[in-house]
Amino acid sequence: MKKTLRFRLVDGLLIAMMILPFVLCWILKVLFTPASEGIAISGPLVYLRIDLTPQPLYISESVVVSAAVVIAVFALCLYLTHGICVECRTKRQVIAEFIVEKATDFVTGNMGERFIGFAPFVAAILALSALSSLASLIGLYSPTSDINIVAGWAAIVFILITYYKLKGGVGNYLKSFGDPIPIFYPFNVISEVATPVSMTFRHYGNILSGAVISALVGSGLAGLSSLILGLFSKAEWYTTWVASIPFLRVGLPAILSLYFDLFSSALQAFIFAMLTMLYIANGYPAEEAAARKQKREEKRAARAAAKAGQPSAACPDGDERNE
Amino acid sequence: MTTIAIAIILGCCALGAGVAMIAGIGPGIGEGYAVGKACEAIARQPEQKGSVTTTMLMGCAVAETTGLYALVIAILLIFVAPNTLLKVWQKFVNANPMV
Repeated sequence: MKKTLRFRLVDGLLIAMMILPFVLCWILKVLFTPASEGIAISGPLVYLRIDLTPQPLYISESVVVSAAVVIAVFALCLYLTHGICVECRTKRQVIAEFIVEKATDFVTGNMGERFIGFAPFVAAILALSALSSLASLIGLYSPTSDINIVAGWAAIVFILITYYKLKGGVGNYLKSFGDPIPIFYPFNVISEVATPVSMTFRHYGNILSGAVISALVGSGLAGLSSLILGLFSKAEWYTTWVASIPFLRVGLPAILSLYFDLFSSALQAFIFAMLTMLYIANGYPAEEAAARKQKREEKRAARAAAKAGQPSAACPDGDERNE
Repeated sequence: MTTIAIAIILGCCALGAGVAMIAGIGPGIGEGYAVGKACEAIARQPEQKGSVTTTMLMGCAVAETTGLYALVIAILLIFVAPNTLLKVWQKFVNANPMV
């Protein structure tokens, strides 16, 4: 297929849409970071504060970065499916098909064929979570180390779980808490509420602990290197200019970053998506769905029989009368 | 008096964070046990390596939860609690100037 100028122009626009949000995040971070401290363990920077009635709304770094990730993933999807067709085999189409196929396999393998409609949702959670955590690789604050962002995702998942549990009947849902004996009711309610809380804490705690340990190791290595360099001379120009070079920070924190940023991010995204799928699939098990479907069909058959039965029931009476 | 109170608040926050992280022992033992069992399973059935590893990572992540609860408590004690408690103390001092 020959690429027209218009096609290339749209391509360039989409690639810009992938990169520009992150550039904007960098610019905002550079503009708003206070100049004083070198390494600080603090929450996200607050860019904007909107005063609303119940409580002020903070537009913080995590909100901006997660919005950038959303825009970038959206642009990536549009880029991969741009110029898609049935016959031609472009590189990006193969990649897009591979991703869709893997996501569908992942969902059907863990949730069963009934929940195939969840493939886009799970893939979206996976991509958003993984890329948000990986944003720390390019020097941005990863939104997943802010509890509010992850709690929002967990709340969505909790609503879905409850929806699918309610699908099995409101009475059944309320009764399921009294299992195995009614005394356990409050404990089961607590464990139900603990689901989104534990999902939130698991994801956010892992990413945040990685960030905290990386910052601690970074500042510790800086202190150690200035201590080592300070042994050689006590001259003022030396201590201010040479001894403050954190030479030990070259390369060594990258080993930690390999685990905390790459491995942990990917693993936590995978686990969040996996738990989402398992909880939703367990909320409305296949046997219950089949039983409900059978009951509904029986009801429908009975109603149909009743409808068809009225004239046929009248007939024997007539016959009897005739006799 | 005020200085001593602030010192006690800060010190107890740091101590509490340290004590909270004792909970890290539990997930350590649990995850080590899970990984050991997974190694045994892989040694017995090397062809099942993929599914065993996935299940083990899943279980490890779930077992980690209690440790992460402790971590969250420790982080709150170090970064959030001192400011809040100092504010409360300041309010108390303003309300009772005799203290």
